[in-house]
Amino acid sequence: MHKLKLKHLTAIRWFHWINFPLLCLMIWSGILIYWAYPVYHIGPLRFFPKWLFAALGVPFRLAEGMALHFFFMWFFVINGVLYVAYTLISGEWRYLVPRSWSAFRDAWQVVLHDLHLRKEAPPQDKYNAAQQIVYFAIIVMGAGSVLTGLAIYKPAQLAWLAALFGGYPMARLIHFVLTIGYVAFFIMHVAQVILAGWNNFRSMIIGWELVKDNE
Amino acid sequence: MSNAARHPEIVLPEPDLERELRRRSRRDFLVAGLAAIGGIGAYEWIRSAADQDNAPWPQRGVLDFNGKLSHGYLSDSHLMPTFPPERIGYLKTNGDIGLTSSFDANNWQLQVKYDQNAPAFALHLSDITSLPRVEMITRFCCIEGWSVVTSWAGARFSDFTRRFFPAGQKLPPYVYMATPDENYYVGLDLKSAMHPQTLLAYEHNGRPLQPEHGAPLRLVIPVKYGIKNIKRIGLIQYARERPGDYWAEEGYDWFAGL
Repeated sequence: MHKLKLKHLTAIRWFHWINFPLLCLMIWSGILIYWAYPVYHIGPLRFFPKWLFAALGVPFRLAEGMALHFFFMWFFVINGVLYVAYTLISGEWRYLVPRSWSAFRDAWQVVLHDLHLRKEAPPQDKYNAAQQIVYFAIIVMGAGSVLTGLAIYKPAQLAWLAALFGGYPMARLIHFVLTIGYVAFFIMHVAQVILAGWNNFRSMIIGWELVKDNE
Repeated sequence: MSNAARHPEIVLPEPDLERELRRRSRRDFLVAGLAAIGGIGAYEWIRSAADQDNAPWPQRGVLDFNGKLSHGYLSDSHLMPTFPPERIGYLKTNGDIGLTSSFDANNWQLQVKYDQNAPAFALHLSDITSLPRVEMITRFCCIEGWSVVTSWAGARFSDFTRRFFPAGQKLPPYVYMATPDENYYVGLDLKSAMHPQTLLAYEHNGRPLQPEHGAPLRLVIPVKYGIKNIKRIGLIQYARERPGDYWAEEGYDWFAGL
């Protein structure tokens, strides 16, 4: 026997799917901006070598990038603030915030399970411990992006904020690293969604998931 | 509301459950598709709207709105951080628009107008250097994203205004500055121009301003991106209307405030 269970509330689904293209646009316009001073690298490995910028059609679009970034930032922030407020008011935050340090131990078990190194997954509620930690971290990162963004947007008016992040150049670096974090998250997230299958993905569109009725 | 109440269940016999799932899927995937089309449409509209100074007008409108917000928050007590001399770095020159015309620094004069239609009068460098001298080590932020700590000496624009703008007359809300050949020009809001860190600078890193840095007189305005820090000022004009600005006309934010 199966039953339908409402997994993702309507508002949460809207916030999620509105955030996705907005974050893509923020990253894309951010790349247009980053092109003008693309200095970050790990050893000899540069983020965005010249050929990649050229292949993506990025060069000489700084003004366009800034106009897009400072246009869509409003929608990105408003959607994010409403999402956090909604999870707090509705009580959905309880699924998302890791409750104790044992979440990290459980998350490790989940990773081992996902890698087929462990048979049993630890018991979970709506999200497993690994999901909780990652989804919660993404929200914190979002707040970090907004704050570091403000710090490099207004380093004179908000000099205290830039100082909090270690000064203007450091705030820019953190802003960039957080973005790399989103891209890493995105790749992992999509891979996990594919592995989890259609029933799970569909629930992010329609809200309802087909589950085994144990009663 | 409890977790269970927020996450209800539908229990039906298998064929009905299947039908219910299909019904909900059909409806919500349709809504999702329409929302996606609507979103793409909105994006295309935002991108293709008529240009206003080389930015589609919805984006130009939001840039100007952001500028207004920022202008409202701007205060003389919000200062760009200052640094000790050992933090001073090398300021590269970035662009020579307005600096390529033939120019004789020895015969330079600063033209000043109280208003667009007012007659210009000329000042000499000694008129600026006789104002209280201010030394400042601040971060110079280029709109490209790089920045460097650098030192300046000059006169506050606010002191300049108090000395040369007719006393008792109301200051107009904008200032326009241009190179002698007017190939480069910036528009400034009065509040940013009158900010205590805004200097008419004649020295850079302890030496008289070099030609490539805008000798004999340039603007140093740390509350704005480098593009507003005009070199080789030939004209200062107080303005009632928002003045033109070289880079704003190329699609950048007119306010360009930090």
